[in-house]
Amino acid sequence: MKTKPMKTIADLKIGERGVIVNFTDQGLSLKLLEMGCLPGTQVTMTHIAPFGDPIAVKVSGYVLSMRLNEASTIVVA
Amino acid sequence: MKKSPKIALIGNPNAGKSSLFNSLTGLRQKTGNFPGVTMDKLIGKWKLETGDEAEILDLPGIYSIYPKSMDEQVVINILANPKHPDYPDLAIVVADASNLKRNLLLFSQVRDLGIPTVLALNMIDVAENQGVVINSVKLARELNVEIAEVNAKKGIGLNGLRLAVNKTLASGYNSNDSLPMSYSKELVEEIKEKYGDTDDYHALLWLSEHDNLRQFNTQQRVGFDALQEKYGWITQEAQSKETMARYAQLNEIVDNCLHEMPVEEEPVNTWTDRLDKIFLHRFWGYFIFLGILFIVFQAIFTWATYPMDLIDGGIASLNEFLKTQLPDSKLTDLLTDGLISGIGGVLIFIPQIAFLFLFISLLEETGYMSRVMFIMDKLMRRFGLSGKSVVPLISSIACAVPAIMSTRSISSWKDRLITIMVTPLMSCSARLPIYTVLIALVVPETSSLFGIFNLQGVALFALYLLGFFVALFSAWIMKLLLKVQERSYFIMELPSYKGPRFSHVAITILNSTKAFVFEAGKIIVAISIVLWVLASYGPGDAIEQAEIKVKAENPTLSGIELDNKIASQKLENSYAGVFGKVIEPAIKPLGYDWKIGIALITSFAAREVFVGTMSTIYSLGGEVDDENSTVMNRMRAEINPATGKPMYDTALGFSLLIFYAFAMQCMSTLAVTYRETKSWKYPAIQLFYMTGLAYISAFIVYQVLK
Repeated sequence: MKTKPMKTIADLKIGERGVIVNFTDQGLSLKLLEMGCLPGTQVTMTHIAPFGDPIAVKVSGYVLSMRLNEASTIVVA
Repeated sequence: MKKSPKIALIGNPNAGKSSLFNSLTGLRQKTGNFPGVTMDKLIGKWKLETGDEAEILDLPGIYSIYPKSMDEQVVINILANPKHPDYPDLAIVVADASNLKRNLLLFSQVRDLGIPTVLALNMIDVAENQGVVINSVKLARELNVEIAEVNAKKGIGLNGLRLAVNKTLASGYNSNDSLPMSYSKELVEEIKEKYGDTDDYHALLWLSEHDNLRQFNTQQRVGFDALQEKYGWITQEAQSKETMARYAQLNEIVDNCLHEMPVEEEPVNTWTDRLDKIFLHRFWGYFIFLGILFIVFQAIFTWATYPMDLIDGGIASLNEFLKTQLPDSKLTDLLTDGLISGIGGVLIFIPQIAFLFLFISLLEETGYMSRVMFIMDKLMRRFGLSGKSVVPLISSIACAVPAIMSTRSISSWKDRLITIMVTPLMSCSARLPIYTVLIALVVPETSSLFGIFNLQGVALFALYLLGFFVALFSAWIMKLLLKVQERSYFIMELPSYKGPRFSHVAITILNSTKAFVFEAGKIIVAISIVLWVLASYGPGDAIEQAEIKVKAENPTLSGIELDNKIASQKLENSYAGVFGKVIEPAIKPLGYDWKIGIALITSFAAREVFVGTMSTIYSLGGEVDDENSTVMNRMRAEINPATGKPMYDTALGFSLLIFYAFAMQCMSTLAVTYRETKSWKYPAIQLFYMTGLAYISAFIVYQVLK
């Protein structure tokens, strides 16, 4: 059965918000946690770089940049 | 209590750690090296409440005690090892109040290491602007720590910090007794038994990070691996769980001590937001970046030339004065043509280096540099680099050595290695005087592009761009050759824009210029002296015979013309001349003669000696007069004996420019590449591919333009 792909930060549009649910990549999650991306935290997409990648989000009061493939490991609701 | 306690400043990047360091120590700071690594260590003195002087150590910014890159590793090597000479007696954790939870994560880790810790709460004004009010008295009680509210940039609250430090030093360590996460006591006991008594958290840190900790040898590391296996320890999982547990604890505490005022829904259009709309724009972003670079080069080429001309002229007239005042002897020649010319060759760099560091530190200070990384990342990735490679590449227009060291912030080894390999292709400031002299010889000073830009400035900018594009191209080749599958990541903070702290900029310029003058200066002066010896003495008595021979062959010549003939005959018969002649056949296709050959040989230690070598070669025995006193004029007057036309024509000039743009001629860079890659393979590859590239390109340029 095909499941509906989960929504991740990579799917957000500029100005759109989401709340972090969990991470799909164990290796990256530690770094993201240390940077303040906790489950339950609200994120807002603020910038998309000129060629569509990387992106920047506002999270716990500051702006964090990451690449699209990194953003796609953060599931949001 | 110790007479002069060691205090470490620890904090997240951009939390205001360096501002606090500068506020505490002012200009009473010095740079050193951490043992075994080449990273700069900033130490300053700070007078405590008791009247004792504390030694303050500014550590690189970290987000947690689990390092993700080389520069973070430096901090952990100190904190993990209580026997380390820099292990602090007390830690001041600088926290950004506007992002409290994330900053407290690091605080709680440092404190659990058993280091007496004071919390310096910075940027409270920023938090309040965001509608967040912190009850720091309550926070101090809940965290069981002394808290000082500071404004690091303005230097406010330092007395409170002094009191907090004093109290904590007097009372010693007061921590929570237990770690927030669960772990096997048995495992910890076994670690302590095998590796020496310590606290539980140090034991667990050793277990997780043993592979990167310098305090352990191979055998000990194997022991840790065995323990991990025995207890089924998975480092990544354990660290994630610990981080979650710490946040859970901090959440409760912070929520109790924090009062959030309702703020407008979509927060105010801040300066940072407005500026980012322009600087991150798909067109204006790149346009502004290129524009800034262009202005930097135009400015350096025009502004820096005034002090440089003064230095050049000053050295020339000093030499002239000494030559007329001192007895005509070999010793006088050594002093003037050898030593003072050499020192002049060092001093002349100062204006340009100071300007370059001024611009680079301004861009970093204001927060603009991370925007450049952001807009460049996708482009750079195509070439096997990362957005973070932009900083080393830009820094290396000042000097490749600190640039290569700054690659430590790149977490992926492949990205980092490629950046290290191509960074020396960027035109560093040591090439600048060579470019300056040669461009002045082959590009007319009076002409301009579109009537606005000085054509010499345009030529200079073109050379820098050439270096950059060749670096990209080389990176792309290496990306194809290096078959390493490794994840690189780009998770980093985009700090808000700040006005530059001019004292900080001034300190950076001062430290970098000083380092250049004393480090590179030593080599340049030494080579200048060796060169003078090689150019003044020769095998057998050929040098003594030169004068007689010239006079016999040219009985009608007299005056300056005769002297010049004799001087060049002498040089040709010196050791330097012999070496130059040996390599002449190899460099002939590039348009070079044996005199340039001498300069090439000496440049292989450090390219900056080119101009010094030229001035030594062309000044030996020559008449020093006002008209002819600068290197440039002497080179301009040089005649190609084969054609009778000026030696430094367009073809030769551009061939030399291209050669110096690409060739690997810097021992310090090779040494730092070895240190950073821990292998001689990479500096060897650098030496051969760059020099090969230089030879082939210069050959093509000369043959085409000839």
